Amino acid sequence: MTDDKPTSHPKRVRKETVKMAKQKPEDRRTNFDEVALGYTEDQAISEAERCLQCPIPQCVKGCPVEIEIPEFIRLIGERKYNEAIKELKRKNSLPAICGRVCPQEEQCQKQCIMGKTGEAISIGRLERFLADWELKKPVEVPRKAPFTNKRVAVIGAGPAGLTAAAELAKLGHRVTILESLHKPGGVLVYGIPEFRLPKRIVASEVNYVKRLGVTIEKNILVGKTHTIPELLNGGFNAVFIGTGAGLPRFMRIPGENLGGIYSANEFLIRVNLMKSYKFPNFDTPIRIGKKVAVIGAGNVAMDSARSALRLGADEVSIVYRRSREEMPARVEEVENAEEEGIIMRLLTNPIRFIGDENGSVRKMECMRMQLGDPDESGRRRPIPIDGSEFIIDVDTVIIAIGRTPNPIIQKTTEGLETTKRNTVVIDESTGETSIKGVYAGGDIVTGEATVISAMGAGKRAAKAIHEYLMGKAGT
Amino acid sequence: MKVMHKVLKKIDLAPRIKLLEIDAPKIAVKAKAGQFVIMRIDEKGERFPLTLADWDPKNGMITIVFLEVGVSTIKLGAIEAGENVRDILGPLGNPSDIKHLGSVAVVCGGVGTAAAYPIAKALKKAGNQVVSIIGAKTEELLILEDEMRSSSDELYISTDDGSKGHKGFVSEVLETLIETGYRFDLVYAIGPPLMMKATVNVTKHHSIKTIVSLNPIMVDGMGMCGACRVTVDGRTKFACLDGPEFDGNLVDFDELIKRLRAYLPEEKQAMSQLDEM
Repeated sequence: MTDDKPTSHPKRVRKETVKMAKQKPEDRRTNFDEVALGYTEDQAISEAERCLQCPIPQCVKGCPVEIEIPEFIRLIGERKYNEAIKELKRKNSLPAICGRVCPQEEQCQKQCIMGKTGEAISIGRLERFLADWELKKPVEVPRKAPFTNKRVAVIGAGPAGLTAAAELAKLGHRVTILESLHKPGGVLVYGIPEFRLPKRIVASEVNYVKRLGVTIEKNILVGKTHTIPELLNGGFNAVFIGTGAGLPRFMRIPGENLGGIYSANEFLIRVNLMKSYKFPNFDTPIRIGKKVAVIGAGNVAMDSARSALRLGADEVSIVYRRSREEMPARVEEVENAEEEGIIMRLLTNPIRFIGDENGSVRKMECMRMQLGDPDESGRRRPIPIDGSEFIIDVDTVIIAIGRTPNPIIQKTTEGLETTKRNTVVIDESTGETSIKGVYAGGDIVTGEATVISAMGAGKRAAKAIHEYLMGKAGT
Repeated sequence: MKVMHKVLKKIDLAPRIKLLEIDAPKIAVKAKAGQFVIMRIDEKGERFPLTLADWDPKNGMITIVFLEVGVSTIKLGAIEAGENVRDILGPLGNPSDIKHLGSVAVVCGGVGTAAAYPIAKALKKAGNQVVSIIGAKTEELLILEDEMRSSSDELYISTDDGSKGHKGFVSEVLETLIETGYRFDLVYAIGPPLMMKATVNVTKHHSIKTIVSLNPIMVDGMGMCGACRVTVDGRTKFACLDGPEFDGNLVDFDELIKRLRAYLPEEKQAMSQLDEM
């Protein structure tokens, strides 16, 4: 589009988004502080003013929790931050998290009209700006409905559980979250590193949920400490399962159990949840070698690679069997990783790990790959090239090829229908499982997906649980 | 909600081996023989597994027995009755499959005896003839002898230095019993990996099914980290989810032993820091 072409808008709008400041790569590769620094007030207003305020906003359609995006952006433009955050929180209880980790470029921003001719409005950055603005002042808790005297058990304090709990508490129900780890937050505390999502942010969002009246009981593993039938017989009127996808996948190739080979889950749990980057001040150790290979190219792989670099590795590479185009990680995260010096070994697939006499990994044999026709995932299938085997030196390997649902609840809940992939089967519209009064949402239903889709599922289930409890449905 | 776990009683069983009774009512009502808990002592602590040595649902408490070998067990050993442990998660792992089989040998060494005790008790209660063999390096490191005696039909003792009972290993005692005509329908072997490996080498020759209880490095204890992976019958299993008990004949003990040593340098570093404190 050229400038002289007539436009329906009287005011000329900048095509470029306002850039957000980041820590310099050479600085950030040695610390765990947040990389993206957020908008200043002036930057936020300047970005908000780019929004066209479309009468039929496409962005809202791209949002799994249907935030009234143009409305909160308009309020930012008018400097009415208090009203803006209220509008945002009407639909999203955890905006400081979503503003940081949602793949906006695949959701709201993908739909943005501005993106057709220039750059989309940076909705995520504006969301983060507002949430951070609010975190600087005392938390305001919205008015809740009167107590209903109904009790709901929410299993798992991750994105799905926290959202479902917040929504149900606002509707007047007594909610108890049962969390298996010693800290609430789920993947937000054990998975996503400090430099992408500071744990104080997660703590304040969790605190907000508690201020809504939600009780969080930690160190309770449902399936072992209590079972779902026990919860239903023990005074809970409904149960929501939001236990996520926490079981690491391995490659099932020779040498995988050598020392120095971690699942990304183990590596990130040690670093994030157990604070092993502060070892020996914290008791949990982590071993990081000089040459680190991270297998996989999703966000978890990028998080692992960037953490390894910060722990002092000399060389960190991402090893991925397809090409750059198929990488599942957010473009922004791949860019961040490359800026920091992470090497991308693409079209490369490990076939064997080789250890030393102590059983520690020393080398990794790989094959070169080429891309064939698309497979069932729609991405081009990687095919090994005959005779292309080669060996690289490694002393730490992190396997980040995905996670599947934890089987404990499925095994201990009679009558709970599951799929072959161990996900829980639900009614798509309500989130209800095969057991009456038991609902599920998030990765436990979909397999590994995004924080925001889990939150959307938590919200939908909360609405259905409310209707069930109030006798409008399910009787 | 802050739930702390109060230590109700502390007993020194042997040099560096301690017994704690801890307030944990939710775990006590659910615990079964063969299960374990994950503990975290304080805000900076690591998560580590300990097999339950006993539990009392009526009084809401669990019993653990441990050897002070590293930073966490030394810290745990320094906790006195009346003080608290920050986090306890459990009961974890699959319970032992307790059935009436006939005659069962329970072979255990070191602090493994504490893990074996509830199993011996349950096996006896299920009507089995229980023959227990307990071992230690030396007499003063033998633990729970009376408890094991009262849950067994016969009890044999073995020490590495011969200060009490047979001089040598528990596996040798088992071998002698088998050779002198004892017929076992099942053997339980619980203790250090080398002891379990030696026991399995004996039972393999006599084609006796042998269950071992593994205690690899764990972080979460519920399937998330995969640190506890062991090779069983050529396939990778998670000790926390699929175990902790496995058919001993199928376990790759050499791999297990190497994996247990993964953090020795870091453990030394942390210990030297602990010494300075």
